[in-house]
Amino acid sequence: MARADRPVSGRQAWWLLATALAASAPLVQQVPLWLALVAACAFAWRAALTWRQWHLPPRWLLVLLVMAGTVGVFLQYRSIMGRTPGIALLVVFLALKLLELRAARDAVATALLCYFLVLGQFLFTQTIATALLAGLTVLITTATLLAASDDRPQPQQQLRRAALLLAQAMPFMLLLFVLFPRVQGPLWGLPQDRFSAVSGLSDTMAPGTIAQLSQSDAIAFRVRFEGAVPAQSQLYWRGPVMPAFDGRSWRVAQTRGAYPAVPYAGSGTPVDYEVTLEPHGKFWLFALEMPATLPADSALTVDYQPIARQAVRNRMRYTQSAWPEAIAGERESPAMLRAALALPDGGNPRTRAVGAAWRAQHGEDGAAILAAAQSLFNQQLLIYTLNPPLLGPDMVDEFLFDTKRGFCEHFAAAFVFSLRSAGVPARVVAGYQGGEVNPVDGYLEVRQYDAHAWAEAWIAGRGWVRVDPTAISAPSRINSNLAAAIPAGEGLPFLARAAWLKDLRHRLDAVTNGWNQWVLGYNPQRQRDLLASLGMSAPDWRSMTAVLSVLCGAVMLGLTAWILRNRLRVDPALAAWRRFTRRLARRGIAWQPWEGPLAFAERAAALAPLHAAGIREIAALYVRLRYGPAPQGSDLERLKRRIAGFRP
Amino acid sequence: MTYNEAQKHIIHQSLRPDPMRLPELEAVLADINRIILGKERPIRLSVACLLARGHLLIEDLPGVGKTTLAHVLARVLGLDFQRIQFTSDMLPADILGVSIFDRGSGAFHFHPGPIFTQVVLADEINRATPKAQSALLEAMEERQVTAEGETRALPQPFFVIATQNPTHQIGTFPLPESQLDRFLLKIELGYPDAAAERELLAGADRHEMVANLGPRIAPQQLIDLQNKVRAVHASAALIDYVQALAAHTRTTPRWQAGLSPRACLALLAVARAWALLEGRDHVLPEDVQAVLPGVIAHRLRPADDVAHTDSHAVAAALIEAVPLP
Repeated sequence: MARADRPVSGRQAWWLLATALAASAPLVQQVPLWLALVAACAFAWRAALTWRQWHLPPRWLLVLLVMAGTVGVFLQYRSIMGRTPGIALLVVFLALKLLELRAARDAVATALLCYFLVLGQFLFTQTIATALLAGLTVLITTATLLAASDDRPQPQQQLRRAALLLAQAMPFMLLLFVLFPRVQGPLWGLPQDRFSAVSGLSDTMAPGTIAQLSQSDAIAFRVRFEGAVPAQSQLYWRGPVMPAFDGRSWRVAQTRGAYPAVPYAGSGTPVDYEVTLEPHGKFWLFALEMPATLPADSALTVDYQPIARQAVRNRMRYTQSAWPEAIAGERESPAMLRAALALPDGGNPRTRAVGAAWRAQHGEDGAAILAAAQSLFNQQLLIYTLNPPLLGPDMVDEFLFDTKRGFCEHFAAAFVFSLRSAGVPARVVAGYQGGEVNPVDGYLEVRQYDAHAWAEAWIAGRGWVRVDPTAISAPSRINSNLAAAIPAGEGLPFLARAAWLKDLRHRLDAVTNGWNQWVLGYNPQRQRDLLASLGMSAPDWRSMTAVLSVLCGAVMLGLTAWILRNRLRVDPALAAWRRFTRRLARRGIAWQPWEGPLAFAERAAALAPLHAAGIREIAALYVRLRYGPAPQGSDLERLKRRIAGFRP
Repeated sequence: MTYNEAQKHIIHQSLRPDPMRLPELEAVLADINRIILGKERPIRLSVACLLARGHLLIEDLPGVGKTTLAHVLARVLGLDFQRIQFTSDMLPADILGVSIFDRGSGAFHFHPGPIFTQVVLADEINRATPKAQSALLEAMEERQVTAEGETRALPQPFFVIATQNPTHQIGTFPLPESQLDRFLLKIELGYPDAAAERELLAGADRHEMVANLGPRIAPQQLIDLQNKVRAVHASAALIDYVQALAAHTRTTPRWQAGLSPRACLALLAVARAWALLEGRDHVLPEDVQAVLPGVIAHRLRPADDVAHTDSHAVAAALIEAVPLP
């Protein structure tokens, strides 16, 4: 019976069931519930088939089920192409394939399907946990493949053999990972539906939008500074700039062109840093104020916010530098200034009145009006809180004069409104403020709860000046962090306060960051840098492929030598015998590897009667040496001489 | 080139008179071959089995000369011979013996059963119930009999030739695998070829020939030969080969279960005896290959075994799969 036709034994069926479970379980949250139930039923059916030794379901029923499953997937997604429908289809096929395990070839096909599903997991997540789980599943699947060819060893033996195989494959995997020429782009090309729901800043700001973000401790981006980390109060990560106000919410301006390079002159010591930005689905890149250089493939909007050419849908790494004291927009265009003065018709009469009073008092002196606004915020004794009361239509008035409680968006909105009503151009800047240095790897981690909003005022001769009204009422928010500024008892992510958990969390974050930087973020640039640091100057794909082939060959040789290390020690008599048999083989008298030497000698003697005596003598000598009780060195010399002189 | 093709040569060659071989054993074999015609190889194997102190199981149809073989062996080796016909109503006492009250002495006297002899022919062993079978098999293993609380040693040498009908015949109690393992070798005699059968039909009466047969060696000589077998050298390379054969049966899904260490010991013991019969003081792979069918016939079963499989084909497949180390 051919190997591929051998029936699948009960033990093999259990192996396959376990593998299918391991491969499809992590996908359970990706596929619709009905499909998960169908798969579970098929698995249970398989278990019953094996346990009770029932007959396999008839082929027409399976065909019907496959068609029903495919139609179901199509109805669910309106397509059978793409990531999720594709994975769903694979799960259907795997579950039903288990019901037609007739011969060894079905077992092999099922195991290969499981490998595909393991790959499928990476289309959804690429965390360390996913990789570990996938490694475990690959181990089980490999053991199943081994069991498909021989089901007698115990499960732990199969697993040990599979682990040995994978361990032998590991050096090749590492070599291929490091040296295989990389293409630009993420490790896993992902379809567009990947980032439909991620938290992050949006392009509008209304009361409550940033307070909402303070509930998330997800990482927004990580920063590695070339030099020392600047002071906490200097870490303003510029995000979307919002000059437009409709009475309720602030929004970014419609794009009116962009600068290909930074349009203002720098001053002070530049700060160099590298950002690893988590995907957020928007175009903007976060930059320390004020951006001095732009990352590749990006531009600067007219209000000095770097934006990428494509939405950030994959983790992205860019280097940048900042001028902490740049004077930006000294000669701002009148249109921009007009836009930064626009106020909706009506509303907030009290604030407008205050603004008009400042205007009357200070005239065109923007700096004096700014100072007046700051002192107003100081006098009002505003309270920084996560739970501000709801505000009515005149929200600036209510916040400043009645409720006096607000989060950073209230402060920024009210401050900009009051400046505008006094005739000073101003706008809201959203972004992140602060961040926390992870002591394990030295990266500054900026989380969603570091989201912040502040104000920017245009003062003649000084350009756009950053003013953070939150800092007036809650300086600890700026100088240390959110948790220090918010009264105890208000809901914050646990991590923002719990110091005792932080150390553990820091370590985990550092590991995750290392994974992101070196495994998921191993792009052509990283590869070039790494190879250059290993002494490969100007590595191109040709030299990389050459080095890769040489190293793979070396590993292969090493592994072979390791496996053969016992067999390589050949008995000299056996080596001489092999020489002899090779010589006869050239005469067409082939020694079979299982053939006893004397038996072969008789056969060869009959085929080459002229040499019969010589052949018999050599065989007798060899047999004495290899199988005799006390082999003698002189016999070996004689054997060698006879074989050397043997010319068939 | 298959093993069987290569083998045709060797069988032909090995039947040549060889000055290296031990003359007393050659004489024994010649005597047996004169009476049982055309069965040189099984006869050689059964003598090897005896020399290796093992017991022999012959599975074959009735009337192919099983009983004659046992009888002749006993005669030429100068050993006592008893035959036990196994039946389904047999009890252990029928084999081992029984104590009977002696009115004269007023005590029980043990009357030894037919097993107290040097060569026992246990005919149609699978006709008896497992209880009777196990009485015999225990005696074979321990070479002593415990009855009525007293242990009695069996004579030396002690050699059991058991015959069994093919297990598919009705009215048989097949021996379990663990019991089968106590037989060192299992051979088949089979029908003789046409020439041998003609000679048999034309020749003298076999019973008469057996009756006229005298011993060729003394019992002490036989025991010496058995000791000599143990001294036959098995080199490291040869033990590697036995291990490679066993490992192959254990790791390839072709077989239901691999060869046990006991089976490997049996293989080595018979190969040693075979080497001695060939007049050598060391074992060769050829010896292992020659005795392999008899050793694995009752121990190794192919995984896809549906009916009775030819043990020679099984052994040939195993030999061809394992290169000499």
